[in-house]
Amino acid sequence: MATVWVVAEFEGSEASGATLELLTAARQIAESVSVVAFGSGGEGLAAAVGSYGATRLVAIGDDTIVGSPRAQAAALAALAKSHGPDAILFPASYEGRDVAGRLQALTGTTLMGNAMGVISADAARTEILGGTQMVDVALEGPTPHIVLVKPRSIEAASSEGGAADVERVVPELPAGLRDATVVARHEETHAGPSLDTAQVVISGGRGLGGPEAFAMLDDLASAIGGAAVGATRAAVDAGWVPYAYQIGQTGKTVTPEVYLAAGVSGALQHIVGMKKSKRIVAINKDPEAPLMKMADLGVIGDVATVVPALTEEIRRRAGS
Amino acid sequence: MDVVVFAKWVPLGTPELGEDRRLVRGRDDGLDAADEFGIELALQLTERDGGEVTVVTMGPEGAAAAIQRALAMGAHRGVLVTDDALAGADALATARVLAAAARRQPFDLVIGGVESSDGYTGTVPSTVAELLDLPSVTFARRVDVADGEIRAERQTAVGYDEVTCALPALVTLTAGATEPRYPSVKGIMQAKSKPLDRLGLADLGLAAGDLAPSQSVRAVEPAPEKPGGEIVEAGEDAIARIADLLAEAKVI
Ligand SMILES: Cc1cc2nc3c(=O)[nH]c(=O)nc-3n(C[C@H](O)[C@H](O)[C@H](O)COP(=O)(O)OP(=O)(O)OC[C@H]3O[C@@H](n4cnc5c(N)ncnc54)[C@H](O)[C@@H]3O)c2cc1C
Ligand SMILES: Nc1ncnc2c1ncn2[C@@H]1O[C@H](COP(=O)(O)O)[C@@H](O)[C@H]1O
Repeated sequence: MATVWVVAEFEGSEASGATLELLTAARQIAESVSVVAFGSGGEGLAAAVGSYGATRLVAIGDDTIVGSPRAQAAALAALAKSHGPDAILFPASYEGRDVAGRLQALTGTTLMGNAMGVISADAARTEILGGTQMVDVALEGPTPHIVLVKPRSIEAASSEGGAADVERVVPELPAGLRDATVVARHEETHAGPSLDTAQVVISGGRGLGGPEAFAMLDDLASAIGGAAVGATRAAVDAGWVPYAYQIGQTGKTVTPEVYLAAGVSGALQHIVGMKKSKRIVAINKDPEAPLMKMADLGVIGDVATVVPALTEEIRRRAGS
Repeated sequence: MDVVVFAKWVPLGTPELGEDRRLVRGRDDGLDAADEFGIELALQLTERDGGEVTVVTMGPEGAAAAIQRALAMGAHRGVLVTDDALAGADALATARVLAAAARRQPFDLVIGGVESSDGYTGTVPSTVAELLDLPSVTFARRVDVADGEIRAERQTAVGYDEVTCALPALVTLTAGATEPRYPSVKGIMQAKSKPLDRLGLADLGLAAGDLAPSQSVRAVEPAPEKPGGEIVEAGEDAIARIADLLAEAKVI
């Protein structure tokens, strides 16, 4: 069996959900799973990653490396050279993509983006054609094989393992790496549960007709309580809501108990991001829209009347 | 300021798999809409500050049409890398080719899409940046350049970051970052006389061995299909049905 590394994303001593998903997948295909964590906080992850099956935690405790995909890639390439892992798994996030892409240039090894699972250190699985086909891809040639796995493709499960052994590494980095600099960070999400954890996701599409209609969805979300509002790319591209709302191939993957879509046609690229929802409700003028056909309940009608009526009904039931 | 833009030739419309388990090409192909945002940005920057826009495409001969469209929008020159050895090229091979093609002319800025519409690997530009020893700003949704420096808004999971980066550098643009123009009739006429270099691997100093595919499809099977449910007309009954479903799911 193989040696597999997982590049961690974390906050404080908590590994991200995507990291735990990767660890769950890694321990099924590897005899030894190591986690690589960048930044001084990384050492604190030993217990968190150990309980998902990692036996070793490589902590690269240099904070200058945190915002630098170039330095991270260089450090990983050097470590991979000396340790020889068979595969390195990344969450397919913004940072993950940057670092993995650069790492590939340095290692010259194969890379699979947007995997949805790993079969071994030499094979991964993904969905293509809007999630209608599953493909098993053999990863060939020299190692480490680099695999980016889309968050929420795998269900994380703890292994009850003990804390991982910590190895502190001070990487030798090439001098004079130029990078972009972050001058300010802005948050655009609003109050309420996040799309990742909400029990109910209400998504709005072009059929809403404009940004004002999203207020209607917010109102429904607050009537339900514990609901988050998302959107299609059409709504995001139109500037109605920020990108953080986007669900689908280039946005988030959500798996709520109920997915309620308003004025969403159900393009393949949207469906890949929500089709694992437990129950799907669609409201659309057009009964032929693809999402109507895959919904547990499709309601033919105008969002402008159906959504407020639903909000009222939920409030009425809550009040009685 | 000189700009190199990567633009891909992709199947438009609903993608299909062929017998060889590759995407069917050549039926209804065109310039990837994901790359038009970058072409537009390059045109705006060079129209304001001077310099040239070179559009680079790796693809079959038919992909020249993607470059023609970019030239008709206003790009100055095109480079089409086409070689039999590139059929089935993977992410690394693509990045090596694009990097080699970019190196052939001076540039201040290299632009790519966040991800292609057919492959959506989403890592090719980062790999190119590393091969070219460039810093990068990926997932940019707004970009300006002043005094030799990029100022950009980069999308993040929770919002966006304001980022600066000295040139030369590479950026990838998200959809909607710019409003791509339509080629004018004059533009389409002028495009015909603009330079379009056709290069093979040898012209780029690359050997087929550098580009051997490192992935193969082992199996393809249809994903489990979700059976549809019921479709009802809007009305009081439909509203009650949705509320019942929410109650069954124990979320209200
Ligand atoms: C590479 C690539 C990546 C992509 N990634 C994503 C992604 O991550 N997420 C994503 O969502 N899309 C993505 N897309 C875009 C996707 O192909 C679709 O264009 C998009 O999902 C359509 O959004 P929509 O359903 O809101 O709009 P439309 O397809 O225009 O659908 C609007 C729907 O609203 C209905 N409607 C109109 N008016 C009303 C009304 N008054 N009441 C009720 N219903 C009404 C219409 O019947 C229609 O079905 C991607 C595309 C590409 C090429
Ligand atoms: N064959 C190609 N020719 C030109 N540009 C490409 C090619 N493949 C990828 N790119 C560029 O890289 C971006 C991301 O592609 P990908 O990593 O394949 O999703 C695209 O939007 C293009 O800008």
